[in-house]
Amino acid sequence: MAQAGPSPLLSSPGNGGTRFDPRGLLLPGVLLAVAELLALLYVPADSFSLAAPHQIAVELGRLLIDGTLLIASLETLGSAIAGLALGGSVGLILGVAFGLSPTLDRLMSLSVEALRPIPPAALIPLSLLVFGFGFSMEIAITAFTCTWPVLVLTRAAIGETEPGLMEVARVLRISFWRRATRIVLPGAVARIFVAFRLAAAISLIVAVTVEVVANPRGLGYGMMIATQSLHPAISFAFLAWIAIVGWAFNLALVQLERWFFNPAGRA
Amino acid sequence: MRAATQLFWFLGSLAVAAGFVAAWQAICALGLVSPIFLPPPDAVWGALVAGFATGDTLANLAATVARVFGGWLLASAVGASVGALIGVSRRARIYIAPSLEFLRPLPVSALVPIFIGILGFSEQMVLTVIAFGALWPVLLGTVHGFSAVEPRLYEVASTLRMSRLAVIGKIALPSALPDILAGMRVGLTVSLILVVVAEILGSREGLGYAILLAQRAYRSADLFAGIALLGLIGYLTALALNRLEARLIHWR
Repeated sequence: MAQAGPSPLLSSPGNGGTRFDPRGLLLPGVLLAVAELLALLYVPADSFSLAAPHQIAVELGRLLIDGTLLIASLETLGSAIAGLALGGSVGLILGVAFGLSPTLDRLMSLSVEALRPIPPAALIPLSLLVFGFGFSMEIAITAFTCTWPVLVLTRAAIGETEPGLMEVARVLRISFWRRATRIVLPGAVARIFVAFRLAAAISLIVAVTVEVVANPRGLGYGMMIATQSLHPAISFAFLAWIAIVGWAFNLALVQLERWFFNPAGRA
Repeated sequence: MRAATQLFWFLGSLAVAAGFVAAWQAICALGLVSPIFLPPPDAVWGALVAGFATGDTLANLAATVARVFGGWLLASAVGASVGALIGVSRRARIYIAPSLEFLRPLPVSALVPIFIGILGFSEQMVLTVIAFGALWPVLLGTVHGFSAVEPRLYEVASTLRMSRLAVIGKIALPSALPDILAGMRVGLTVSLILVVVAEILGSREGLGYAILLAQRAYRSADLFAGIALLGLIGYLTALALNRLEARLIHWR
């Protein structure tokens, strides 16, 4: 899952950020105009599956003003962040333990590899059976999914501690606990943050997926119910909003990381 | 000697995993958790065997695996070709990359209701959903791979007067291959998630739909058996892709 990184296309290392280039707006503008034209020519106004961009924009504005989208966004983001906190903590603890103890890592490898490839969507029926509808079932699945990337990347980050430092620690007879808190974790903390950022992006995707499939709350459900009640303009408005929320969430995470680990501010 | 050490650790981790299963069995035997939520492992194994005995499970498995591979291969082919076209041209990247960046974090499962609205509860809908979802990681990986080719290699190529086709085949593609394969790996994970989502929402026969039916009828053992099979598909496909990757980029 390590591919969901910070804009691999735009920000090359060192350019400080994704500078805004107005030429990037041309393609979406043209596509919207084409969609509007096609809708005008071929999509009847009472279509059950498609809507013109201007109708979608009107619905988007209405849903924003009446608060529907705000409440749904809070429900979805709340579940995503709660799942991230829970799964990320488990992944962090296990990742640190596995990274510090190769023996434990090898002994647990089969158990971890048996659980890790389970697609999160497959857990939706199980979670529904155990928790019923509600926040718990969504948080459980999100947490399960977030555990693995954090575990794997934390383990790798800790495994790459500068060997020279560990030798020094051994020579100085520094205790295991102090070695972990003073040498290993400070060295790995930036990469662990990256792990959490990746898991956060995944958590939002999983939360929306759970809502689309089963859980009657949040953005995914709003979109599902609009489609089922044959209001394509509303469901496309939800979709556009989900795209905006996903984009903003990722941007916020990248900014947060820059703020914490500003290369210029690091000693 | 190294093989012996590896075998030792494998047996060790097998023993630990067996210990977890034994603990699971014990928890169920003691009645600590309702068997509706957590059926004992022997019941899950029984459900798995019974499912294969009737042939239902095999049919579901075949349908799901065929969808995953069909959608994923289609996505990989389209994603790698379009990604290469965008990646080799700086101008195309300037105009197209921002749109791709905006769409990248979009949860594709949110598109399933819309695809159902357009294509109905059909097999094409399932394949389109998977292909569309798996397309993005491959496309973005390929664009990244092609745009990150060492510029000096292009200079060498122009000094050697290599043709454009030779430049793509001999320099750009091998250099971008690790990124393309990484994208295909993510695409496969996405495909497995989307096949379950699409089967459940589209009521298409397959493993994903089977676990939904098992849940509705409180057949927990069948539910766990289905989840285990989906996990096994995920594990085996990731393993196969690792092997393929090791073979294709052996110079690394």
